[in-house]
Order: sequence, then structure tokens, then C-alpha cells
Amino acid sequence: MDRTPLPYDEMYSADGHVRPHYAAYADWLTRQPDDTLRQKRAEADSLFHRVGITFAVYGEQDGNERLIPFDIIPRVLSADEWRKLAAGLRQRVRALNAFVGDIYHGQEIVAAGLLTPEQVFCNPQYRPEMQGVDVPGGIYAHIAGIDVVRAGQGDFYVLEDNLRVPSGVSYMLEDRKMMMRLFPELFAQNHVAPVEHYPDRLLENLGSVAPAGVADPVVVVLTPGAHNSAYFEHAFLAQQMGVELVEGQDLFVRDGFVYMRTTRGPQRVDVIYRRIDDDFLDPLVFRPDSVLGVPGLMSAYRAGRVTVANAIGTGIADDKSIYPYVPAMIRFYLGEEPLLNNVPTRILRRKDDLAYTLAHLDELVVKEVHGAGGYGMLIGPTASEAEREDFRLRILASPEKYIAQPTLALSTCPTFVEQGVAPRHIDLRPFVLSGRDITIVPGGLTRVALRAGSLVVNSSQGGGTKDTWVLEA
Amino acid sequence: MLSRTADHVYWLGRYAERAENLARTLDVQYRLSLLPHEGRDDRQGWAQALATLGLEAAFAERHESPEPHKVIDFLAFDTGNPSSILSCLRAARENAHAVRGSISSEMWETFNSTWLEARSQAPTRFTALNVAEFVDWVKYRAHLARGVVLGSMLRDESYHFMQIGTFLERADGVARLLLVRLACAQSADDDAPVAPDYYPWSVLLRGLSAFEIFRRVSRDTVSLGRVLEFVILHQHVPRSIYRSANLVHENLRAVANAQSRETERRAGLLHAELRFGTLQTLAPGGSERFLHDLLARTADLSDRIGRDFLGHPA
Repeated sequence: MDRTPLPYDEMYSADGHVRPHYAAYADWLTRQPDDTLRQKRAEADSLFHRVGITFAVYGEQDGNERLIPFDIIPRVLSADEWRKLAAGLRQRVRALNAFVGDIYHGQEIVAAGLLTPEQVFCNPQYRPEMQGVDVPGGIYAHIAGIDVVRAGQGDFYVLEDNLRVPSGVSYMLEDRKMMMRLFPELFAQNHVAPVEHYPDRLLENLGSVAPAGVADPVVVVLTPGAHNSAYFEHAFLAQQMGVELVEGQDLFVRDGFVYMRTTRGPQRVDVIYRRIDDDFLDPLVFRPDSVLGVPGLMSAYRAGRVTVANAIGTGIADDKSIYPYVPAMIRFYLGEEPLLNNVPTRILRRKDDLAYTLAHLDELVVKEVHGAGGYGMLIGPTASEAEREDFRLRILASPEKYIAQPTLALSTCPTFVEQGVAPRHIDLRPFVLSGRDITIVPGGLTRVALRAGSLVVNSSQGGGTKDTWVLEA
Repeated sequence: MLSRTADHVYWLGRYAERAENLARTLDVQYRLSLLPHEGRDDRQGWAQALATLGLEAAFAERHESPEPHKVIDFLAFDTGNPSSILSCLRAARENAHAVRGSISSEMWETFNSTWLEARSQAPTRFTALNVAEFVDWVKYRAHLARGVVLGSMLRDESYHFMQIGTFLERADGVARLLLVRLACAQSADDDAPVAPDYYPWSVLLRGLSAFEIFRRVSRDTVSLGRVLEFVILHQHVPRSIYRSANLVHENLRAVANAQSRETERRAGLLHAELRFGTLQTLAPGGSERFLHDLLARTADLSDRIGRDFLGHPA
């Protein structure tokens, strides 16, 4: 018999009672026949198709785009839970920004012996081109997506900091819009904190980090193009902010400044919210075969004539090999105790951690340091013997490429699946904006693993999304 | 605005209008094929339509002879034909997709759902057998899209470029439709009274949603000469060539830049000629030559707009 304790459930306490902040919703839910829910879900699907809130499927043309499954049961956080979480997120992002600034200037954290020089300078995410470059306000990660899970008794753990080009915020906004359309009565009953002002805050945030002396900054969103899987989000954010959505070919650098080609000639660009990876930004400095970027962008950027958000080189702070040191960073830069837990992480370049991990492969989650999107990952307890053996060999070949963590029993949330309402594992990605101030719209994107028992919430691996409610007191 | 964005909205306007013009052309041909023939071959009209649309060769690659149902299928549904109605609806949607951040959400949703519906219904609900139903649907979606554009789009450069695309395409499409009918017309006498001309030309007027207007403003019988004058020169008929040229000129003036003076002059000249000319002064060499000349001039304007505004190489 399975003796694993049940994971923390967002709606029900261990003894089966509805948690107080879910009371109104749970009461409503029990009164909804499955047929009604099914009909609402179908309605949501057809609306998402029409609005084109889709994922481009690579290699297919003709608008063959997939929907990310949307679950109609919201994930609810109480005001108190959110307050604590938000404080922890602010603290964490402040420390991460300080860390990136330190790495590209004096490297005090290395001098203090918290990280070895090779951990920083041999890391492929370290960008020597950024050494000594001053950025407005010392802000590097203007938009951070921090992946948070709950485990144990409902404690929050940070799973991953996404500081390069975190995506998903458009789903946060569209999921809310969909919920308000499908179930307006719920929003009359529950005091759900609004999130619709996110694009406004984003625009304000991007404007606040414009190059010094620019009074009325021109902001653009830089996309790889309509065939990128996140194109919907790029177009959506540009439209919601009322700024141009540009591709690399629309921009050029002349006399040290960046311009866009318009029907009335060149126009100066001051802030680029880029949704392209560092590697593709400037073929003169990074990958020379990139056709997505802007030749000369890096020189204009280094001269402080344009702001790129997020800054180039933030990958050094969200690398999985650096992740275990974030709590130490918080103490080092802020002199504070971390408010949010890190997942206890074994670093396999250390001999004792390696030995422990190899002996406990069936209990641990092993992650490739540079993997993303749920790829390059072993979930020990659910993997087959053969998969574990395969991973053992890969780890032994290059242990420094891996970290290992305990398998967290991610919290579950009731989810409407084929069989009806059933618990499914979830995570949460709040979006933290850093500029003159730090802003977090209440909530974030809740991702849900739709397969029973699955812990993988990534949309590329069959995950779905939920609206996230933060209740106002 | 971005040149690339302007390029996409321009082609959005063109493809949306092209789909509608094609539907109207199909409508006219199809209605005519229902009239008594007096021994004439039905295939002649369809072959003429293919020729005037410049699709003879593309059709011949796929089919041996212009059987009506094959031509209908080719013009309406064949996505291997980049000029079919379905292909145009797709191209309109792709252009809208590329600039969905710069047009209104309602516009994007309209063009997106038109394409999704066309794609899902084309093999089942819409076939060559009930092309009339398909034509009605395309016209209905075109009316809807027009309403959304009028009702939700900011009157900025995007709007003007979309209008330029729309009305250049309309002038082109209507000229081609007239050319098809002229080639098929048997009567050489421009002022021949009612009898054999009535049916083909009244069908053409209906295809342009202009039959009732013709009756009201002309108060005369349907003849080749009157219909040509009406469709080419009338100031207030929504699909007249004059009105299209006027709107191209007007919208071009609204976006004029430092290098567009010559393009503007040429658009203005076309507008003025149609405004103050008569068929006698405009088409001394015959209506067909005049219409072919008109096609060359719209193509020239399109090239020049590409170079002046849309970032196309010179």
C-alpha cells in the first residue's frame, strides 16, 4: 500500500476541510454540475482559438497553432500568504540584481570566497562583454519570473529564477480575462486582486530605466518574429503597452544610436524590451549567423545610448549551478535572512554530494545545469531503471553539469480533468518588475501538470494553466 | 509607423479585398452559367476568367480543360493556387497575425476566425456544387471585416495604408471583372438596347452589389455603354473604379513623406482623369485598352508605394 503522505492541497486541509480562503469558491463549485463545467471549458477553448492565444508549433504553417490547456478552476492565495510570498520575492530579486552588478564590476562575492572564480568565469552564461558596463539604476533583471512551489506543510520554495526572457505573463492576463468572462458571478462574490494593470506597470518600468537624459523614451518590444512559439505574448505586450513590435530587421545602428525604420524615415529607439536570447542579439558580438538581431546593438548598449531589458548577461544569476548560492547572496548583499526557502540542492561537482546522489538516484530529481523547459531532467521516483542507469552514466561522465534535489511533493489544486474534479500538481510563476521601484502584480501564472501524479508543469510537456487569485483581505 | 508593419497592413487590405473580388467574379460567372446558352459553350466564360486573372498557366498545370466545377474549385478552394479565395483569406490572416499588435484585437479576431472557419468548412459545407453559398459567406465575412475596420481601427497611418491596399486592389479587381465580360460580350455596339446585353450586364451589376443603384441613378435600360460608364466613372457607387482611385489618392496624401511626391502625383492624375473624363475622352482606343492601361497604372502605383514607404528595394 502506498504510504506516501498526501501532498499539501491548496483547497483542502489534511483532514479534508476546505481552507478558509477557499470557502466561498468551494461552496460555489459544489453547486456546479459537471456538464456546466464541461460546457464552460469548451467555450473557453473556442474563445482562445478565435483570439489566437496560441503556441506556434514549429515546422508547421497555416496557422496550425496549439492552445495551452486552460483549467477553469482557479488557484487561490489568501492575502496573508501573498504578503509573505511577495516580500520574499522582492528580497530575492534585489539580491539577484546586486549579484549581477557585482559580477560585472568588482566581484566582491568572489573576493569574499562565496563563489570560486571558475564558477563565475568558466560559466557559459558569464558575458565578458558586460564587464565594467554600467546600466541605468544598476538594474539587470527588469522582468523576473520566479518559479515557486509549495511543499511540506505548504511552505514556499523557489525552484528557479528566470532572469533572461521569462514568458507566460500574457497567459496570466488572458486567463483572468477568460475567467471574468466565463464566471462573472465569482468575481462579485470573491474579492480578487486585479492584475490587468500589468502592461501599464511594465511600460512605466521600462521607461524608468531609459538612458539618462531621455525625457520621453521610445520603447519597443523586440521579437524573433511571428513563427516564434511565444509570438502571441510579444504582440500582446506591445499592443497593450501601445509600443511598436519590432524584429531585428526593423532596427539599425547609426552613429552609435539605435533607430527603427518607419514610413517617415529613421526614428530613435531608447529602450528595447527584447524577447530574444543574448546569443542572437548582435551578430557582430555574439552568434555571427544570427539574422534575428541588430548588428552594432552591443556597442550602442555599452555606450549607454540604449537600454536593453533584460540586460545582457543576466544568465549568470539564474544558472542552476549558481542557484544554490542565492540564500548566501541575500545575506551577503542585503545583510538579511532569506524569507523564501531554496530547495536543498546537491552540487555534483562536490565529491560527497556526487556519492550521495548516485546512491539515492531513485529518490532525487537530477537536473542538467543548463537545461530548461523540463528537458534534461531525471525524476528519480517515477523514472524506469533503464532511465536511471542512463542518467548515472551521464552524471559520471561530467558531474559538474548536474545538480540534484529531493523530489518535492508539489502542492495540488483541484483541477477539472476528463474524470471530473481531481487534484493535480501546480507551481506558480509571479512576475517581478524592477526599475526605479520593485512592482509585483498580485498573483502570477499558475501552471498545472494535467496528468495524474505528474510533477512536470511545462507547457512543452503537456502542462496547462490556471487563473491565480490573490484575495484582498 | 514601422515600414514592415505598413507593408503587412497594406497586404492585409489587398488580400482581403482580393478574396472578395474573386468571390464576386465567381458569382457573376456562376450566375451567367445558369442563363440559357443558345448553344454557346459554358467553358468559354470560365477560360476567359482564368485568362484575365492571369491564372491560365497555373490552371493548365493541374487540369486539362476548364470544366466549370474544376475552375470553381481552383479559384475558390485550391490552396495550391496562391490566388484562390482560400489562399487569399489565409494570406490576409497571416498578414494580420504579423501585425496583430498594431491593429485592433477585434480586427485580428475577425480575420483569424474567417480563416479558421473557411479552412474547417471548405471541404464539407463549401464545395464547387454550392459555390453560391460560399460566395455569400465570403461576402458576409468581408462586410463584417469592413465594419470592424471602420468601427475599431485608429485613423492613423495603419488605417491609411490598409485603405490604399484595399482600393488599389478593388480598382484592379473591378477592371479585371469588366475585362472578362467585355471579352465574352458579343455585341460590338456600345449602345445596343436591352435584348442580348441585358442579362450579362445586369448579372455583372448584381455581382458588384450595384444593380439597384444603377436602376435608381441611371433611370435607363441596361446597356454595355451605360454599365461601363457607371462602373468606371460613377462618383458614388461603392465599387466604382473612380471611387477607388479617389480613395487611393486621398489616403496616399495622408501618409505622404519626403520621397513620395511623384507617387502622389501619379495617383492624383489618375483620380483627376477619372473625375473629369468621359468614356469617349478616356478610352479612345476602346474600353479594353483603357482597362489594360489602368491595370498597368495600379501596378505602377503599388511598386512605387512599396519603394516609398514599405521598405522595398528600389
